[in-house]
Parts: sequence; structure tokens; C-alpha cells
Amino acid sequence: MAKFRKKGKGDVPAISTASMPDIVFMLLFFFMVSTTVRETSLKVKIAAPYATEIKKLEKKSLVSFIYIGRPVNAKMYGTAPRIQLNDAFATTAQIREFVSSEREKMSEADRNKMFISLKADGDIDMGIITDVKQELRRASALKINYSTRSGTQRAIFENLK
Amino acid sequence: MAKRGLPEVNAASMADIAFQLLIFFIVSTTLDTDKGITRTLPRMPENETQIEQEDVRERNIFVVLVNRENKLLVQNQIMDIRNLREAAKNFIENPNNRSDLPEKVPTEVNYFGVVPITKYHVISLQNDRGTTYDTYIAVQNELTAAYNELRNTLSERRFNIKYEDLKEEDPRKEAIDQIYPLRISEAEPRDIGGTR
Repeated sequence: MAKFRKKGKGDVPAISTASMPDIVFMLLFFFMVSTTVRETSLKVKIAAPYATEIKKLEKKSLVSFIYIGRPVNAKMYGTAPRIQLNDAFATTAQIREFVSSEREKMSEADRNKMFISLKADGDIDMGIITDVKQELRRASALKINYSTRSGTQRAIFENLK
Repeated sequence: MAKRGLPEVNAASMADIAFQLLIFFIVSTTLDTDKGITRTLPRMPENETQIEQEDVRERNIFVVLVNRENKLLVQNQIMDIRNLREAAKNFIENPNNRSDLPEKVPTEVNYFGVVPITKYHVISLQNDRGTTYDTYIAVQNELTAAYNELRNTLSERRFNIKYEDLKEEDPRKEAIDQIYPLRISEAEPRDIGGTR
């Protein structure tokens, strides 16, 4: 019997945590590679509409965003839909200026590949979006992307009611 | 008895440092990739008062009207959005070569030879200022889906590969796009019915 008795004092051995930094670093690198730094803080509420036929935009550097939605701070700014460019509310008249300044940031070769992504709330009326589209045409920023979330066809139809 | 040599560096705090960095990155970044429905807007006419009148024959136009009650009027008939996809597919393809659907023009296409194509068809999407964005996108989505389904059927039949799996520069994709060209026109805005 004594043959099988453990030699030690019977304590549970400590779990080695030596590999913990490795695991955490792995997670860290994953997040560093797959995410982007948040550039603007949103002042408008955006619940993008759902769609099934979506395309990913490949190059982030080619995309500029126009946010359209109702202000988050309704007490201060009311509930009418507003346009947000960069960090501030804007009017449709400022879009042309915005487009040309975004264009200037890009390299010469990339300028005609510029994409404008319209991030708009699904619940607002088309009026303001039509105005923005007209303004984009005047600024000859013709490639646009209606930003959407992916969803099933059934969910889209149910959402409409 | 004491061991000589370099003492080991204590790495116990390494995990803490890494965690701190990790949490910083999780908080300050976003994971969302930009995805959506891409469209090319028509060029603004030089003279704004003179809107380009494209000469398109009646049979080649598929008019989709969305009013401010979010109801659809397709080719002068009230339609549920659920039926839009099939109607659009039928219009784009014109399978029975009907005379009230777009004309087919025989065209030389790589891989396919000479194919009759509804080259001049236009889907004209018109909306009111009071239409909700949700509905507008749903309609855009259905129309895009009509094209994608047709393209996918052709791609699977001819190349045995899904259309979405074809690369952007693939000549096969270009051939399919040539047979089913995406021609959705987002019409000049008109004020009909006003806002809500």
C-alpha cells in the first residue's frame, strides 16, 4: 500500500499561468488587426435598414461617411432628421465643401474611386436623403453606398409594417 | 548549494499589461465593416433646368413608384413588395420574347457567343419625399436581388460556380454582367404629394 502513496504533501499543484500572456496577446493582435479606430462620435441615432444583397466596401481609405438621422440629444436639437459631417451637424449646402475636402485628403490616383457611404436611419423620410443625393451629384461624387445591416428577407418585410 | 546563473525574469505581470492593452483596443475601436448597396448616381446635367431626355422606348421602361404611404405602383398596377422580385426578373429577362417587354438585341459575349440581351431596359425607381428610407432600401434590395438571382442562375448553369464567388476582375463575371447589365435609374426627384 505504501508503495502507491504520493510523495508530496498532497497539495493541488498550482496551474501554470505562463501561457496567459500569450493568449491575451493573441486576442490583442486579433482586435488590433480586425478593428478600426472610431473616428467620429455620432450625434444622430442610426438604425440602418436591413438588406440581403449587400456588398462590402474594400478600402476604408476611399470611403467618406455622411450620417443622417434624428439627433441623440432631442432636448437640445429637436427630433427633425439632421445631417452629420465629421463631428458636427451640417446643412445640405455644406456637403459640397465636405466632398472636396475629403477628396483633397486622397492621393491623386484614388480620387475618382472615392465612395460616399450614406449611413442613414431607416425611419426617416426620403426627402432629406434625396436632397443629399442631389448635392452629391452636384459635387460629382457619384459612387455611393447605402449603408445597411444584413438581415433575412422575411425580417425586411416584417420591419416594413 | 545556491544555484548560479541568471535569475529568471518574473513574467507574472506580463498578462496584466497585455490585458490592459487589450481592453484599450476593445473600447476605442469598432468592428463594423462598411457594407451596403452600392449605386452610381447619374451625372448632373450641365444646365440644371434642362433635364436630359433619354430616348427610351415605352416597352423598355419598368416604372416602380413608391408613394408616401410606402405603397408600390409597378407598371401602373398596385403591387405588394413580395412580388416585386419576380416581376423585375421577368422584365429583365423577357423569357418568352413578348412584345410588351424589353426588346432583345443579339450581342457577342465572351464564353457565350451571340446572345439576345435586353440591352436597353431601364428600371426606373421613383419615390416620394415622404417615403421612408426603410421602404426605399427594401425596394432597392429587391431589385438588386432580381439581378443577382438571374446572374447566379446563369453562372451556375454555365460555369458551375456561384455568381458571388466570382472575383471582381474575372472575365466570366464581366460576361455575365454584360448579359444582365444593372440598369436601375434613380429618377430625378419630383415633388408629388409633399412631405408628411
